[in-house]
Amino acid sequence: MTGLTGFPILSTIAFLPALGALVIILFYKKDWIDLIKWTALGTSVATFAVSLYLPLTFDMADPGLQWVEKTVWIERFGISYYMGVDGISLLLVLLTTFMTIICILASWREINTKLKGYMALFLLTETFSLGIFMAMDLFLFYVFWEAVLIPMVFIIGIWGGARKFYSAIKFFIFTFAGSLFMLLGILAVYFYHGKVTGVYTFDSTILSLAPVAPAVQFWVFIAFFLGFAVKVPMFPLHTWLPDAHTDAPTAGSIVLAAVLLKLGTYAFVRFTLPMLPNASMLFAPLMIGVSLFAIIYGALVTIAQKDIKKLIAYSSVSHMGFVMLGIFVFNIEGLKGSVLQMLNHGISTGALFLLVGMIYERTHTRTIGDYTGLFKELPVYGVFFLIVVLSSMGLPTTNGFVGELFILIGAFKAHWVYAVFVAFGVLLGAVYLIWLFQRVFLGNFHYAGGHGLKDLGLREIIETAPLIILIFWIGLYPKPFLNVMDASLTKLVEQVETNYRKGNGEVIPPQASLGAAVVERKVE
Amino acid sequence: MEFVFLIPLLPLLGATVNGVIGSKLPKRAVGLIACLVMAAAFVVSICTFYKLMLLPATERSVVVSFFSWIASGSFSVDMAFLIDPLSALMILIVTGVGFLIHVYSTGYMHDDKAYWRYMCYLNLFVFFMLMLVLGSNYLVMFLGWEGVGLCSYLLIGFWYEKKSASDAGKKAFVVNRIGDFGFILGLFLLYWSLSDLGAGSLDYKTVFENIHNIDPAILTIIGLLLFVGAAGKSAQVPLYVWLPDAMEGPTPVSALIHAATMVTAGVYMVARNNALYSLIPHVGNIIASVGIFTALFAATMGLVQNDIKKVLAYSTVSQLGYMFAAVGVGAYGAGVFHLMTHAFFKGLMFLGSGSVIHAMGGEQDMRRMGGLHSHMKITSVTFIIGALAIAGMPPFSGFWSKDEILWEAFEKGHFVIWAVGLLTAGMTAFYMFRQVFMTFTGECRADDHTKHHLHESPSSMTIPLIILAILSAVGGIIGIPLFEEGTAAHQFLNPVFSHGEQELHSEAVHGGLELIMMGVSVAVGLTGIFLASLLYYAPMKKYAPSFWRPEAIASSFKGLHRLLFNKYYIDEIYDYLVVNPIKRFCDWCLSFDLGVIDWFVNFAAWATRLTAWASHKFDIYIVDGLVNSMSTLVTYNSSIWRRLQTGYLQNYALVFVVGVLIIIVRVLLG
Repeated sequence: MTGLTGFPILSTIAFLPALGALVIILFYKKDWIDLIKWTALGTSVATFAVSLYLPLTFDMADPGLQWVEKTVWIERFGISYYMGVDGISLLLVLLTTFMTIICILASWREINTKLKGYMALFLLTETFSLGIFMAMDLFLFYVFWEAVLIPMVFIIGIWGGARKFYSAIKFFIFTFAGSLFMLLGILAVYFYHGKVTGVYTFDSTILSLAPVAPAVQFWVFIAFFLGFAVKVPMFPLHTWLPDAHTDAPTAGSIVLAAVLLKLGTYAFVRFTLPMLPNASMLFAPLMIGVSLFAIIYGALVTIAQKDIKKLIAYSSVSHMGFVMLGIFVFNIEGLKGSVLQMLNHGISTGALFLLVGMIYERTHTRTIGDYTGLFKELPVYGVFFLIVVLSSMGLPTTNGFVGELFILIGAFKAHWVYAVFVAFGVLLGAVYLIWLFQRVFLGNFHYAGGHGLKDLGLREIIETAPLIILIFWIGLYPKPFLNVMDASLTKLVEQVETNYRKGNGEVIPPQASLGAAVVERKVE
Repeated sequence: MEFVFLIPLLPLLGATVNGVIGSKLPKRAVGLIACLVMAAAFVVSICTFYKLMLLPATERSVVVSFFSWIASGSFSVDMAFLIDPLSALMILIVTGVGFLIHVYSTGYMHDDKAYWRYMCYLNLFVFFMLMLVLGSNYLVMFLGWEGVGLCSYLLIGFWYEKKSASDAGKKAFVVNRIGDFGFILGLFLLYWSLSDLGAGSLDYKTVFENIHNIDPAILTIIGLLLFVGAAGKSAQVPLYVWLPDAMEGPTPVSALIHAATMVTAGVYMVARNNALYSLIPHVGNIIASVGIFTALFAATMGLVQNDIKKVLAYSTVSQLGYMFAAVGVGAYGAGVFHLMTHAFFKGLMFLGSGSVIHAMGGEQDMRRMGGLHSHMKITSVTFIIGALAIAGMPPFSGFWSKDEILWEAFEKGHFVIWAVGLLTAGMTAFYMFRQVFMTFTGECRADDHTKHHLHESPSSMTIPLIILAILSAVGGIIGIPLFEEGTAAHQFLNPVFSHGEQELHSEAVHGGLELIMMGVSVAVGLTGIFLASLLYYAPMKKYAPSFWRPEAIASSFKGLHRLLFNKYYIDEIYDYLVVNPIKRFCDWCLSFDLGVIDWFVNFAAWATRLTAWASHKFDIYIVDGLVNSMSTLVTYNSSIWRRLQTGYLQNYALVFVVGVLIIIVRVLLG
């Protein structure tokens, strides 16, 4: 095991926001509002800028972890500080650093009280989220996983809306309860693996090489599932989501949708599939069934919503169903679609929450029935909203189309019935989104408040424009995004297959596990 | 032919410029930009067409690839165009008719506040339509397919302040999406069936080369699913309901999108897939049946409409049905030919109706029109040319294309389709001339104010009318069976349909019979016009028998009339059977989510708090109670015993003395 060699770029990215938070806390004067804002913005921009180093130096042909940092943390328990990024997590890391900038800009006017704490907590959220996407040691992962809860709960609970305490506590308890099971699962893997191989370690790459016995996997899968599925969220563990979204401040909703919801699906891809291949296969029909149900059910519930934010929140249940389906159809197309759709959902749903926040700032109502004909009064806003709506429903030339396309291909490969559900979900998506657009933007201008509204200002356009550009970039030229994840996902699919056979007691000829061996050497 | 990328790019450029800075430009500049890009695209299309014609007939299929659009693993789709006779003809129609309608729009929409937005949408539509017809694979076609749907949505709801307009837009979008549901499933079934054969691709070329290896049962499903998409886009039963409502959009939009181009995309798609459909003739029969039924069904509704645009809308649905009947029976050339002539004459009639509406100050009800011929001669004459074309009167274009469809149906042994088609042709002639007579002849029934303002439209509107009228009149020339090898249109299109049409039938052999058939269909058309003239043309009315008057017919067939007038109550039935149940089900799902699932969550929270409360009480009263009762017991005991400790010396002395006495007594007695 080597120590830190070279510049610890990943840690720099992950902890830069925390450093910024620390600096902000030190601003002791209450009226240093601007300084706080600009420091937060500067930190997030700097983090994003540094994180751009990753795609520039990323080796697409290398399926394994890159920029690895590994050092012993608690030796007697086999715990190490182990960070690494590959094609699966790279885009999510970038999504996180990118969306945090948007979040801080979105809070520019909205947050007027206790700004210092707010910005500090937000930057902490970024650090912990990045940590989750980078941590390759299960213990470290768990630490970040639990840590990210804390700032988020406070953001909802302090700067939230009408039922903020209820929502914050609901969010906390749901996630916390799930993570405890996850911890049990992690410990089970740790001890079983240690007992069989004699190596007691939390290192996920080592644990992924020799999965535990299928019977153990069964229980660990359930434990992991409870931890991850809450975050996704999967039906029926989803009811915290609409409440948390509705009561969170705008930026809180954005980061919830864009980043925190991805933690669950990411963890399924990263840990569940390679470490528990036999149980994953065993549970796949159930997972697919639940995902398909969530796609349709989520969409139906979305149609009935009367609050814009709730509507978008429920649409996430449906959209994340697509992602889960793509993961559990066990083919490269589905997985690719899922990882891309994680990114897309982050962009599109994040943008939707951002836009809803803008109108809420003006009118202080989110009830659909309170608005009609906004398009007339706010044309720029209307155009942005329309583009994002179209991207969310997966219209060609937008990002949503490419992701859904791959999930559809993957679903079709597994079974045509899945594809029918997916296509039906896409259809229902068009229904609730186009209906929302009609009710809010078309017709004669009227809103309950009465007086006129101002169209988007420069800051708001600057916030939204990058998301719009991304929507079209991924829609028109998705190649770079697909290429990034290609090698890693291909390796993952192979690894799952090999591990599955290993778990079934087959002897794998050396060539078959060659890829894995190469990775092992790299890690050593 | 690398320059073909300009064809869609030019309208996109126009849309972008007008979309971004159009609101700040003067109207003249906005209109100029929009029209210029269309003109340029048309010129490039002509060059493309010309270049294609220079190639030998068998090599007229050129794929131009620009970049790899979506590629990952084995799945790879290029942004690429296919130039062949079919797409070349389509781009000519789209850019040519599109250009005329853009010019017309500069006049028609001139006073609209959102003129720039209109022009932006219109350009954008043309862009997507060109992608649809130019794409060399299904995915580029799908891109265009969805894009035109979006633009159609935007333009139907262009006057979005009106609830009816935004409702119509939503309806069009959702119904089209229902079609797309089938379309995309069909697409992937096709892709995966080919993948199983080791030829997974969405390129037309690869697909058509390998398609005969797919299991016919699967092919049938693919064919049906793709047709669901076509039926949505091209407004066939049962998905036609959005098209009549789409008339809420500005009239030039109806002409361009809902008559000439977008709605024919389904026909184009089936024709493009002729290699697929020729392998599954039974699906072709279904398509033809749906088509001809739609033709008749829509025509019956067209008979009684009073809105000048609604008549044209139902007529469009009906004519699209004709096209599907043609491609369904394998007469792809005839279907595409009719698509072209229909683009001319229906585009013309919509624009003509727009000119009328313009003159009438927005009035669309034909019952308040009449006698407009004397006020707007160009509009009137061109409109009548269009009506003659659609009624199938020789030598106008519609005659040749419609006749070819009927003839091919007859020749291929589809007598029912032929007979229904003939009946529909008669009805078409009837309601079209009903419209002509009600609008342009007789007394003007408008109010004085409107009458006073009647005027011919400006030349920006009449010139497109004249050009389209010329095309409607002579556009059939390429379909006249003059040559031994069939018509010019056939000769040109045949390489595309060589998979589809097994034998190149030579017209000459059937010359005699075909002439008789032509005579029959002309006679049927004339009968329709004659019956309409008896009802609605003043000089003829006096010859009509007493039962043959509009009121008399309406009263003697009251039920039927009401049924037709209310469009068979299809919208209401859909609302009752589909829309409302789904809405109710959604509400039910929401209550389930809040009432059951979230209830469990909250119940768990409540139960936890109850347990906590109970534990608290248990802790206080039982656990702590035990502790406290111990102390109470001790206290109580000690409170008894402490009484001994009075602290008075006398008491202690007394006890002491008594004790001593007891001891003494005990000793003395012992």
